[in-house]
Amino acid sequence: MSAVDPVEIFHAEAQELLEQIEQGLLDLSHRPGDKELVAAVFRALHTLKGSGAMFGFDALANFTHHCETAFDRVRKGEVPATPDLVSAVLNAMDHMRALAEQKPCDPAEGEALLAELERVVALASGHAPASATPSSPAAAAPAAVDAGPARKTWQVVFTLAQDVLVNGTRPLPMLDELRELGECEIRALTDAIPPLEALNPAHCHLGWEVTLTTDQGRSAIEDVFIFVMDDMTLDIQEVGGEPPADVLADAPTPTAPAAVELAPATAGAAHPEADVATAAANGDAKSARADASVRVPAQRLDELMDRVGELVIAQSRLKQIAGASQDMNLRSVAEEIEHLASELRDSMMSVRMVPVAQLFGRFRRLIHDLARDTGKDIDLITEGETTELDKTVIERLADPLVHLIRNSADHGLETPAERLAAGKPAKGRIILAARQAGAEVVITVKDDGRGVNRDRVRAKAEENGLLAPGAVISDSDLLQMIFQPGFSTAAKVTNLSGRGVGMDVVKRTIEGLRGALELSSPAGEGSQVALRIPLTLAIIDGLLVRVGTTRYVIPLSAVEECLELTPEQDVRSTGRSVLTIRDQLVPFLRLRSMFNTKAPPDVYQKIVVVSTGGERVGLVVDQILGDHQTVIKPLSAFHAEVGAFSGATILGDGGVALILDVGHLTTEAAQNDPAPLRAAS
Amino acid sequence: MPAILTVDDSASLRQTIKIALMNEGYSVSEAVDGADGVSKADSGAYDLILTDLNMPVMDGLTMIRELRKKPAHAGVPILFLTTESDAAMKAQAKAAGATGWLTKPFDPDQLVKIVNKVLAR
Repeated sequence: MSAVDPVEIFHAEAQELLEQIEQGLLDLSHRPGDKELVAAVFRALHTLKGSGAMFGFDALANFTHHCETAFDRVRKGEVPATPDLVSAVLNAMDHMRALAEQKPCDPAEGEALLAELERVVALASGHAPASATPSSPAAAAPAAVDAGPARKTWQVVFTLAQDVLVNGTRPLPMLDELRELGECEIRALTDAIPPLEALNPAHCHLGWEVTLTTDQGRSAIEDVFIFVMDDMTLDIQEVGGEPPADVLADAPTPTAPAAVELAPATAGAAHPEADVATAAANGDAKSARADASVRVPAQRLDELMDRVGELVIAQSRLKQIAGASQDMNLRSVAEEIEHLASELRDSMMSVRMVPVAQLFGRFRRLIHDLARDTGKDIDLITEGETTELDKTVIERLADPLVHLIRNSADHGLETPAERLAAGKPAKGRIILAARQAGAEVVITVKDDGRGVNRDRVRAKAEENGLLAPGAVISDSDLLQMIFQPGFSTAAKVTNLSGRGVGMDVVKRTIEGLRGALELSSPAGEGSQVALRIPLTLAIIDGLLVRVGTTRYVIPLSAVEECLELTPEQDVRSTGRSVLTIRDQLVPFLRLRSMFNTKAPPDVYQKIVVVSTGGERVGLVVDQILGDHQTVIKPLSAFHAEVGAFSGATILGDGGVALILDVGHLTTEAAQNDPAPLRAAS
Repeated sequence: MPAILTVDDSASLRQTIKIALMNEGYSVSEAVDGADGVSKADSGAYDLILTDLNMPVMDGLTMIRELRKKPAHAGVPILFLTTESDAAMKAQAKAAGATGWLTKPFDPDQLVKIVNKVLAR
């Protein structure tokens, strides 16, 4: 069976079809209104045309096409099947038969038959005959060719319609196909994945961002998506082979009023000028999806966040008033508003949260370029890409991280030859990791290079007058020199570092985010910079405490436990600043003495054990007042030097409480010599 | 060996498709119209279904809709044959749940290319 030539089958089939058509037409002359008959004739004509074209019977296909068109109009009810029309097609049957049998026949006769057909169709539809322009159904539109031999780099960002998986489209083969076009770097966009309870596993929630370097043109890339083009978002941008500097300039600058991307459908939004390919077809699906996500300027979200902050403050006033009232209705409303405000705060913040993957993804290209420019072999390892951070924070982190990674690649990592000589693998590693620790996200940039060269740091610091020649200084203080303004270790200014942006700028940027930065570098074992960034800049859960007559807020996320300091313990621990809590020694700070509180202490003082970065420290306070939604207000520039506080907040009764900087206090405790502070008012 | 079901009322076309795909190492089954297509698809596990749209008894669009209603056929690629002039048909078939299409007339190489593309070979 399989050996039979399809053309032979077609001969028999054409005969059969012609008979069907003829029979149908004859029946139709008796029952002109029979839709079934019309449909059957149309179908047979359609098949005859299609198969004819398949097997090289172009003349037959072309001729039949006109009869089919006529019957299509009948089928759609535009033209009645008049006796004239039926007989015109019947008259054309013999011509079709001759064409199907490949007998010689007169083209003029065919023309005449078609002209007659056209005339009766026009008559039947009540229109004058239009000029006949027989078009060949066999003429397939030649594909546009724009492929030049030049290699170009393209940024392809696409998301598919949700139902593509059910409809048999497989994203993986598409990615494979893209990969076959050239060198390819593929990153999945995961922002649109709904929470587990809302996730429909049959839907496609992913988008992809592909950096493709190929000698093929745009049309070759578009071909990959040919079947899904109509209902997807596709953005193909030529990025070319620019120098790394320009690519980096692409990263949003901190000052830019960046729009917050709320959905992957707008993944191309990193390039505002991007013409996201849209198709006219499937307009409904398109608009439905457009409704599902909205792009708003980040500024509006900031305004909204401010309002939420004000609401939280007003709510805490209400709570206070309701607490003092006997009115149960007022109390229950106050409680409800408290819940709503807290939920509103959480959803407001989640709107602003994006995974750091968005940020980390940018650095792959950077590493690639750095490796090329330095001649070093570099592996970028990213960890914890799903860790989420406030969008604004992420944008502001881009530049500092670029700088740190450059530093690692340029100064930290050795050349392959040096590495091999030092007994390390030739390929250097830079590890970019993010993890959440309480209300902070810790981002580390770590390399396995040569580490910080202390001698060079010292020489440079002395040269720049930051350090007196020969001064004795601890190792950690020496490392801190790197963050001093006007310090640059680059012995020679290379293309990569020494652009005038020093580590001091990195430090300032991080501190501007209320974050902290730690450099550690055991000699010869590479270096690590850890950035501790608060999850959000606006509102935190806090623990309200009282020391003397003043109230303070401790970030709740840092609080491990609260204990009582008995008078006996108090006396026993005098002169030492260490307590034994469940067989563990925990250093503690008396906030009373730090803040020079004159009022007599409560009999039963409390210890709030806080931890940060693995360090635990107890803070002795007079009273724990309870939890408090803390809207963070920055301290004025005059108080920027007061390290113990990270900000202030307004309380329900209109009073002000300072927010304790737990990281700073832990460091103080570790130094075991807390300098008394004046309580800032 | 991936199994393909070709649904077409034209025997010559089925034969063309069959030869082209069998040469590529696919196993090919045939159905003569949409209703036949649904019952064959239900009784066998196919990796891909290739169908004409214009067919007697049950047309291709109806068949695609019927198949997509059944969870067993979710995710099975369905390609349909269409002509240049049938732009509206293309949109309808896509909306019905088809994966892709092949424009008639096609040569066997095109067919193989499209099937390989969809099946990722």
